[in-house]
Amino acid sequence: MRTALSRLALHEPRTLAAALKLMRSAGPLVPLAGCTDVFVQLQFGTQPALAYVDLSRLTPLRRIQRQGDVLVIGALATYTDIIRSRLVRKSLPMLVAAAREVGGPQIQHRGTLGGNIANGSPAGDALPVLAAADATLVLANADGQRRVPFSAFYTGFKTSVLKPDELIVAVEIPAVEGVQWFRKVGTRAAQAISKVVMAAVRAPHPRIAVGSVAPTVVRLPRTEAALAAGAGIAEAQRLLRQEIKPIDDMRSTAAYRLQVSANLLQEFWETTA
Amino acid sequence: MAARKVTPRLIEMTVNGQAVALDRPPMARLLDVLREDLHLTGTKEGCGEGECGACTVLLDGQPVCSCLVPLAQARGREVVTIEGGPADHPLKRAFVEEGGAQCGMCTPGMIMAALALPPHPSMDAVRHGLAGNLCRCTGYEAIYRAVQKAAAERAGGAT
Repeated sequence: MRTALSRLALHEPRTLAAALKLMRSAGPLVPLAGCTDVFVQLQFGTQPALAYVDLSRLTPLRRIQRQGDVLVIGALATYTDIIRSRLVRKSLPMLVAAAREVGGPQIQHRGTLGGNIANGSPAGDALPVLAAADATLVLANADGQRRVPFSAFYTGFKTSVLKPDELIVAVEIPAVEGVQWFRKVGTRAAQAISKVVMAAVRAPHPRIAVGSVAPTVVRLPRTEAALAAGAGIAEAQRLLRQEIKPIDDMRSTAAYRLQVSANLLQEFWETTA
Repeated sequence: MAARKVTPRLIEMTVNGQAVALDRPPMARLLDVLREDLHLTGTKEGCGEGECGACTVLLDGQPVCSCLVPLAQARGREVVTIEGGPADHPLKRAFVEEGGAQCGMCTPGMIMAALALPPHPSMDAVRHGLAGNLCRCTGYEAIYRAVQKAAAERAGGAT
């Protein structure tokens, strides 16, 4: 452990209102819940913050519910909560598929959907699903709430429109029409961070989102429009290669990611035909 | 920002059925508290980053990586470590009989993860249930056999 944990302050609010007050008055604070990213950063010595706020006792934020046609997933819902939820299994099976591919059971029991969003890794397993589902994020601070389309949340690599005193409190997902599809490609089946991860919806206007191929998760608007207009898969793959900007890094290479992304597009298109 | 002075508060929890109260920092890793303060050294540190599962314990019955749990999150909760079960637990015996343990580093975590499996787990359920635990010795098959053997034994259908 490269960080001296005994020096770190931890606030433990019991209500969301108390947490938001702390974010406003005692900040800057790094929120934590499942700690599956924050404690890895502390282990590596890459998390310089000295003060944290534990959200894990804010149980109302763990709720998964339907409001009309909208599926509302609390930011503190864990991957295990998502896997076990009848509502999610029924209306957003691609999110269940993504949750099953996160780490292993130990990580799924602790990691939260809100944490995946807040951490903002371009490789986050749930993020292509939220992009393909046209999700909306509910952000809160001491003054109230605001809603931000997921597609407008990230501004770059691990940066977002989230203000220092704001918390992500929920994700709203409108009804998804069409056949949902998800595939993560990593080094091994479990406990691996993706090389490429894709979520997609087969509908008259298909929706395709890819992770690990750009500084943020991306939708492929030109590829989607071409497929909607009846283009063949080869033309769609050509456009996909223009719409993603993968890099070489410790997990994979740009060339591999381009090829696999194109392969996944074809697999999506053929298996949902 | 300057480091805030942290006033330690007693953190109370249950470990292997016994109530404990600890005067340790809230952000201390549960793993370190178990090993260094409570001297429960059966829980191993493999990677320290949630990749290997060697430090798996049950937190309110769910397997978690104790290297990723700040002590404050264990407050008021029930922790079970490898020391928590009977020495002759069918799982422990089956690991010995099937060669499920070689170097032993992953074994406590494997057993804690296996304890959370449903009764009569299919081979697929065993593989998924243990997917968060890495073993560099056995190639996993001996471990899967041990878990299935113990499950059969517990169900009264010992082979």
